[in-house]
Amino acid sequence: MKRRTLMSAAAAAILATSVGSAQAQGVIHFGAAAPQTGPLAGGATVTHWPAVRLWVNQTNAAGGLQVGDQRMTIELVEYDDQTNPQQAIQAAQRMATQDQVDFMVAPYSTGMNLAAAPIFAQLGYPQITGTAVTDQQAELAAQFPNMFFVLGNTSVMAEDTAQVLIDMRARGEIGNRVALVNVADAFGIEMAGISRGVLEADGFEIVYETSYPLGTQDLAPVIDGAKAAEPDAFIAWSYPGDTFALTDQSIVQNFAPSVFFTAVATAFPAYGARFGDQIEGVLGMGGVNNDDPAFQAFSAAHLELTGQLPDYWASTATYATLEILGQAIEATGSIDRATVLAYLQDQSNSYETVVGPVNFNEHNDNERYWTVGQWQGGVFRGVSARGRDGAVPVEIFDGWE
Amino acid sequence: MFILITGLLLGGTYALIALGLNLQYGVARIMNLANGEMLVAGGFAAFWVYTAGQVNPIAALVIIAPLAFAVNWLLYRIMLVPLVRRAKNRGALEVDSILATFGLSFVFVGLMTWVFGGGYFNYRFLATPVDIFGSSYAQNRVVAFILAVLIGGALWLWLSYTRAGLKLRAVAVNPSSAPLVGIDVTATSALAFALGGAVTAAGGTLVSMFFTLDASVGVLFTMKALIIVIMGGVGDIRGTIVAAVLLGIAETAVARLIDPGLTLAAAYLLFLLVLLFRPQGLFGKAQG
Repeated sequence: MKRRTLMSAAAAAILATSVGSAQAQGVIHFGAAAPQTGPLAGGATVTHWPAVRLWVNQTNAAGGLQVGDQRMTIELVEYDDQTNPQQAIQAAQRMATQDQVDFMVAPYSTGMNLAAAPIFAQLGYPQITGTAVTDQQAELAAQFPNMFFVLGNTSVMAEDTAQVLIDMRARGEIGNRVALVNVADAFGIEMAGISRGVLEADGFEIVYETSYPLGTQDLAPVIDGAKAAEPDAFIAWSYPGDTFALTDQSIVQNFAPSVFFTAVATAFPAYGARFGDQIEGVLGMGGVNNDDPAFQAFSAAHLELTGQLPDYWASTATYATLEILGQAIEATGSIDRATVLAYLQDQSNSYETVVGPVNFNEHNDNERYWTVGQWQGGVFRGVSARGRDGAVPVEIFDGWE
Repeated sequence: MFILITGLLLGGTYALIALGLNLQYGVARIMNLANGEMLVAGGFAAFWVYTAGQVNPIAALVIIAPLAFAVNWLLYRIMLVPLVRRAKNRGALEVDSILATFGLSFVFVGLMTWVFGGGYFNYRFLATPVDIFGSSYAQNRVVAFILAVLIGGALWLWLSYTRAGLKLRAVAVNPSSAPLVGIDVTATSALAFALGGAVTAAGGTLVSMFFTLDASVGVLFTMKALIIVIMGGVGDIRGTIVAAVLLGIAETAVARLIDPGLTLAAAYLLFLLVLLFRPQGLFGKAQG
């Protein structure tokens, strides 16, 4: 009796070892929760999900990550957070306890990342964000030392946009008059406030300023008002639906100031597909170095796997967050989260990514990123960046033809 | 003039969004919270035929509207008739239909996400300016407005001057007495619900010419449609059209003269005023 127990115990032990080593050979479990439905699903479908799936696909095609002396492939579970912070938190809990994933992909958008930050911190998962733009890096990193930022600062983006105008005026390309509009939510109000401050301090005159409610696509009155003010530059801190509607309406009313800037979604390939060569010279938020072979390879692979091109901004940053995580795992030779997190927090480490080399400062913040781009020759090119090479000169916008 | 025309164009858009719901709620007594999703589905269908086959979205109405009619007829027959049968009174049916169609809206969102993905959809059709009294307007909005007038007018004529329209109005006024004069209430309600769905999908096809849509955006249209239907008076086509145009002009005037940030406030203020002074809606009949 005893012997049999011993035997079966031994058998179980052998079985366990073999299963254990098979697992060790095999798989790192990743979890991702981001919008597939809800207000931000449109943006996440362009920017977030394809980049995440592409990285998993490419990593596995290359045989997986080299963890210590073995290669491990990635297995990804996906959840729809419905653009609902509560759902995002529940999904994170579920991935940690039910699916027992080794690592989690950070959520999509500033708001959802802020909402999920406490649960990521509590569960001890690194949260490397590719779509969170904020000025709160210092406070957030102090509160959530596991949270990292790749995409940039709000104030820097707004300042650089204003700086484009300041430089153009210095070259005598535009005058003093600016129309400034924004979507009436936290993002639009903050960005408009910062750009107004910078522009007014530099002697620009804000000849038209207004906001419109979230979700508005009937923007004929806004464009009519802006046009009546005869500005040299039009700056709109807008979201995708209104970015399209503002552009559409400006074409219809032939509102063509020397600078035309719309914010989110201007860098989407769908924007280029929608308006064709009419948008030559339109400025927008973000940007990439289009001539960089790393970006071109990423873009081609993105198209091949997902059937769509990446956006010209945050797609690369999202992909980069996973490159960073993968490199940290390989460098530590471990899938232990605390070990990987300690590596990420070590400011002396740097990472080679599709957006170029990245390292994190004392606030877990990447200080090198693109801020402003422009449609030139059918692609969206970065015209302004912090610490990145390849910015091209800004062109004057010369009408919708 | 700019405000008036822009407001009228916007009113036409709103009428397209709300007419179908009025038929569904006014006649079939189904408060259809999946109305917005049906609209988005119509828009997606237009996007699909336009990008895949270069089919003019207005021509596509010939296919989309009958298809939506069939889908909505089946929906009513299969899903909603049991609710109607078991409901003891109008209140119970409203609660049941709200819950059922609320669930249905998620099913639609899921289906559209599955088929089309969650991304943004828009295309370029008639996005060229047309000059009216010295200002430029988008051709597609003008076309949508004209079609809204045609659809609204045709519906009103049909309801007022045909036998089938008379049946619909009878059911709208009093569903429990209508059978006494030989009207098949279930069949008539199914017709009204299906027709409402077809009008909504046609509206979606038309607004897709100038709105950027995604699978999850339907709820915004449902909210707008609800406000307009309640404002105009349940079960009256004229009320919906008048309310839609009022809302369009009020929003445009506020946006241009005061501040675009106040459009929503203006819409709800108007809604509140109607509720306070004419709770049955502009053209609604007081409950007897």
